[in-house]
Amino acid sequence: MTTAAAPIRAKQRPGDRVFSKSAVFAGSMILVTLAAVATFLIVQSIPALFADSEDASILDTNFWAYVGPLVFGTIWAAALALLIALPISIGIALFISHYAPRRLASALGYIVDLLAAVPSVVFGLWGIGVLAPAVQPVYSWLVDNLGWFPLFAGPVSGTGRTILTAALVLAVMIIPIITAISREVFLQTPVLHEEAALALGATRWEMIRTAVLPFGRPGIISAAVLGLGRALGETMAVAMVLSATGAVTFQLLTSVNPSTIAANIALSFPEAYGINVNVLIATGLILFIVTFAVNAIARWIVARRAEFSGAN
Amino acid sequence: MTTTITPPEPKTSSPISNSLTAGKLPNQAPWMVLGASLLVSAALFGMLALTGGEFDWAGMFVVAALVYVVTITTVSRVVEGPRKAMDRFVTALVTGAFIVAMIPLVSLTITVVTFGLNRFDVEFFTYSMRNITGEGGGAVHAIVGTLLMTGTAALISIPIGLMTSIYLVEYGRGRLARGITFLVDVMTGIPSIVAGLFAYALFAIFWGPGTRTGIAGAVALAVLMIPVVVRSSEEMLRLVPVELREAAYALGVPKWLTIVKVVLPTSIAGITTGIMLSIARVIGETAPLLIAAGFTNSLNYDMTEGRMSSLPVFVYTQYANQGNPPEAYLDRAWAAALTLILIVMALNLIARLVARFFAPKYGR
Repeated sequence: MTTAAAPIRAKQRPGDRVFSKSAVFAGSMILVTLAAVATFLIVQSIPALFADSEDASILDTNFWAYVGPLVFGTIWAAALALLIALPISIGIALFISHYAPRRLASALGYIVDLLAAVPSVVFGLWGIGVLAPAVQPVYSWLVDNLGWFPLFAGPVSGTGRTILTAALVLAVMIIPIITAISREVFLQTPVLHEEAALALGATRWEMIRTAVLPFGRPGIISAAVLGLGRALGETMAVAMVLSATGAVTFQLLTSVNPSTIAANIALSFPEAYGINVNVLIATGLILFIVTFAVNAIARWIVARRAEFSGAN
Repeated sequence: MTTTITPPEPKTSSPISNSLTAGKLPNQAPWMVLGASLLVSAALFGMLALTGGEFDWAGMFVVAALVYVVTITTVSRVVEGPRKAMDRFVTALVTGAFIVAMIPLVSLTITVVTFGLNRFDVEFFTYSMRNITGEGGGAVHAIVGTLLMTGTAALISIPIGLMTSIYLVEYGRGRLARGITFLVDVMTGIPSIVAGLFAYALFAIFWGPGTRTGIAGAVALAVLMIPVVVRSSEEMLRLVPVELREAAYALGVPKWLTIVKVVLPTSIAGITTGIMLSIARVIGETAPLLIAAGFTNSLNYDMTEGRMSSLPVFVYTQYANQGNPPEAYLDRAWAAALTLILIVMALNLIARLVARFFAPKYGR
C-alpha cells in the first residue's frame, strides 16, 4: 500500500481564474508589444537596406554610407557626455551620501532629482539660448591658446553650437540618473565596514576609498552604462543645440560637427516621403540595436560582479 | 630570584610626532581659507576690470575655487600631513561637484521663469494658434492635445503595467516570468524616438503612410510608460510583508481577493507615486509625438482623426519655425516651456506627498 495520497489542491474559483488569466494576459502584452516593435521596425527597414540614391533622395550612395557618420556622431556625443557626467555624478552622490549634513541630505537629493524632471525640449531651448552663447568665449580662448591639441583645433564656431555643447547638455541630462543610482548604492554600504575603517584611523576619504567605492563599483558601472544608454537615445536637446553638417570628425569646437541618429530622425522625419521614411526607420532600428547592446552589457556587468560585491 | 619590573616613566612631557598628536587645523579653517580665496580672486579680477572691460563674475568664482583647493591642500599638508591633506582635497572636489551641478539647474530655472513670464497670460491659455501669425495666440490646442494623449497613454499602460507587476510578484514562476522581467528591462531602454517610429509604422499600416493621429502619439507614449509602471509597482508589491498574505490565506480568503483586498490597499500609496512619476516622465516627451502625432495650429479633440499638437512639440515648433517678429514665437515657446515645467513639478510634488501621507502604517 504505497499509493501516495493525492496532493490537496486549492479549489479553483471563477474569480481566481479570471484574475490569474488577466495577469498572464497583461504580462504577455509586454512580449507582444516588444515583438511588434521589433517586427515593424525590421519590416519597414528592409526596403531601405538595399536602396541607393535613385530610390531615396537623402542617400548619397547607399544606406551604410549614410548611417555610418550618424552612428559615429551618436557614440561620440554620448561618450563625451558620459566622460563629463560620470566624475561629477560620483562626486554629487558622495556629497549627498557621506558629506552633506544628514538633515539636508534628502532635500539635496530631491533637488538633483528635479533636474531629471525637466523635459528635454526645455533643455534644448536653454542650451541654445543660454549655454551656447555662454561657452562660446571659452571655446575661442581654447582654440587660441590650446589649438595645437587636436581636439581643440580651429577654426572656432561662432555660435557655440558644437558637439561639445551638445555633450554638455546631454551630461546635464544624465547626471541625475547616474547620481540617483550611485547614491542608492553608496547608502547601502554596510555601516560596519565604514565604522571599521574609521576605527582603524582612516580619514573620511580613506574610508570611502577602502569601504564605499569597492562596494559600490558594480552599481557605479551599471549607472554609467544606463546613463550612456539614455544619452545615446536622447533626441530633442541634440537636435536643437547641435548645428550638424554630417562630417566624421573628432574636433570639438568647430562648426563642422557630426549629427546623431536620433537628432537626424527628428529633423528629417516631418518632411520625409516615400523610401526616405524607410531609410530613417532603418537608422532608428540601428539606434535600437546599439542601445540594446549597451543595456545588455550593463546587465551582464552587474550580474557578473554581483557575487564579488562583498558584504552580503 | 625576584626581579622587580619598574614601570617605564609615562612620557607626558615629550610629545611624540604621530598622526594622533600631529597638528590640526581649527574647525573654521576651511571657511577662512574660502573667504581669503574669494577676496584674492575678487581683487585680481577687480584690477583686470579697472584696466579694461567689465567685471567677470564667472571667471572670479572659477579662480577663487582653484585658489581655495590649492591653498587648503597645501596648508593642510604642512600642518596636518599628507593623509589629512588628501582628505581635505577630496572634500573640496566633492563639494565642488555638487555646486557645479547646481549651476545648470539655477540657470535653467531663472531663464525659464524670466522668459516664460513674458507671455504667461490669459490669452496664452484661451487661444489656439489658428490663423495667427506674429504676436498673440496661445497654446490651448497644445495643452488639450497633451492632456488627451497623456491621458490615453495612461489608460492603456496603467492596467497593463499594474497587472504585469501583479503577475510577476504573485503568479510568475519559471520561464515566462524571467522572460517578461528581461523584456521589461529591454523596453526600459527603448529610445523615445524609436517608440515614435514604431507607433508611426503601426498606424501607417492601417491608415496608409503619412497619417499622424493623436492615438498614434498615445501608443508611442504608452510604450515608454509601461515599463516604468511595471518597475515601480513591482517594487512596491514586493514590499508587502508575506505575513499579511499568509494571514489572509489562513482565513480562507481566495488568492485574487487577497490581492485585491490586502496586497493592493497596502501598497496603493507607492503604486500611485510610481504611476504619477511615470506620467511626469512621458508628459515631457517631444520626439515620439513629433513623429507620431505631428503638429497643427488648430484645436483637435478627435484622437483618431487628424494631427494633434502637444506642449513639448509646441515648444519645438515655435522655436524651429520662427516667423516675424521672432520674439513673439520665442516668447510663446518659453511660456509653453514654463507651463510644461510647472505641470511636471506639480506631478512630482503630488506624487511625493501621496507617498508620504498615504503610506501604510504598520504600527498598532
